[in-house]
Amino acid sequence: MIDKDVHSHHISQQFNVELDDVKTHLLEMGGLVEQQVRKAISSLVDADSDKAEKVRSDDSDINDMEVAIDEECMRILARRQPAASDLRLVIAISKSVIDLERIGDEAGKIALQAIQLAESGESPRGYKEIRHIGNHVGFMVRDALDAFARLDIDMALAVAKEDKLVDEEYGSAVRSLITYMMEDPRSISQMLNVLWALRSLERVGDHARNIAEQVIYLVKGTNVRHFGITQMTAEVMTPEKRGQ
Amino acid sequence: MKTHAIDLGSIGRSQQNLDIGAEDISLSVRNLNLYYEGKKQALYDVSLEIPKQRVTAFIGPSGCGKSTLLRCFNRMNDLVDGCEIEGGIFLDDENIYQKGVDAPSLRRRIGMVFQKPNPFPKTIYENVAYGLRIQGVNKKRVLDEAVEKSLRQAALWDEVKDRLHDSALGMSGGQQQRLVIARTIAIEPEVLLLDEPASALDPISTLKIEELIYELKSKYTIVIVTHNMQQAARVSDYTAFLYMGKLIEFDTTDTLFTNPRLKQTEDYITGRYG
Repeated sequence: MIDKDVHSHHISQQFNVELDDVKTHLLEMGGLVEQQVRKAISSLVDADSDKAEKVRSDDSDINDMEVAIDEECMRILARRQPAASDLRLVIAISKSVIDLERIGDEAGKIALQAIQLAESGESPRGYKEIRHIGNHVGFMVRDALDAFARLDIDMALAVAKEDKLVDEEYGSAVRSLITYMMEDPRSISQMLNVLWALRSLERVGDHARNIAEQVIYLVKGTNVRHFGITQMTAEVMTPEKRGQ
Repeated sequence: MKTHAIDLGSIGRSQQNLDIGAEDISLSVRNLNLYYEGKKQALYDVSLEIPKQRVTAFIGPSGCGKSTLLRCFNRMNDLVDGCEIEGGIFLDDENIYQKGVDAPSLRRRIGMVFQKPNPFPKTIYENVAYGLRIQGVNKKRVLDEAVEKSLRQAALWDEVKDRLHDSALGMSGGQQQRLVIARTIAIEPEVLLLDEPASALDPISTLKIEELIYELKSKYTIVIVTHNMQQAARVSDYTAFLYMGKLIEFDTTDTLFTNPRLKQTEDYITGRYG
């Protein structure tokens, strides 16, 4: 278990600065990604293809950030040879940026569906689900990043639990959309656009969960990546084994 | 048991599978206290087990007692005036501090290499043959064989085979250090103690020594003291962290360097002020 300000007590001030910088950059990238998801959802719900285009073109910023942060991590590994929680921080960041970049990609895919829907006319159904699941995963991304910033494993665990709810919500949304498609085959094309967007949102939830798992790894040193929720909860709840 | 298409244990050098409980133990330190002259205590109640045919590293800040502890293993501290020891060190269940244990014959079983290479002012050949000659081995064929074998094991043979009868003092520092290791293993000890064996060497020679350590552990139990934490992380299977004469944490090197149990260890290996 590590303390909140654990990464700022090195004898080398420069090392403190480097770790602090790379963490800040991750959180900045996270903020940007979160915005992209929200914008993509509103462009779809409001049939605003200009906004959707903007989301798609802004994705390159996120890609650039991923590469830049990854290079920063590599520089730290090469020059500082970090150990213990410092090492785990660098590894967790370098893995989390992959998830953030993928969330950015999903936002781009949602924006693409928004553009197609704006061209072909609105779907008769599914916007309520998009808004609802969209909000849900948006909060998950924010909470996962907050958990990262504060090294808060309880919050990280909550995010992982939310992902299960999102999966269920996604499942029931798909079922109801299929029912509508059978009732009204003329709108299948638009419904599919909505379905793809929902699928992307569900993936965003998965990526938020991945980031939350990295937070638990960073704080506790345990890999909980393929744990079920029960096992993960047990891990988070185990009292600190660390003395002094 | 879950079976995988690939053997997960084969990933890396499979150190993740080490378990001190499953190891054969070579040296066992039990409640060791050590005082230098004037009752100045240098080691406090140290207990740990050094597994056979593994590399165990001692790390810690200057003056933490790691060299002192290392020197206990072949009773080098006997040579220090006023040095007193309580507790025991067991080599294969025999207390090396028991009365009647002959220190020179103990040192044949537990060889030591120091920070500064200390070849004798003799030829390369005679340096390696020295220990055997002292044991009374004089047959040229036996000596030739032993010298070649030791130099090969110390990864030095190819570099010196054409100048075995040149003075050892003409070698580079890294070669001298490997020569000293060859001299130590010529008498086939069970344990090799290395006290900062690479700290006076350039990076390439250091890597050669580290590679040598990796090669030698299939035959010997190796204990290494080092100030260079990355070196401990690179070469050792187990690591002990000492601080102010106390053993703070002992674990597999993988665990100690990725997820140490104690904050004090974490602070030291990550360069924080505690």
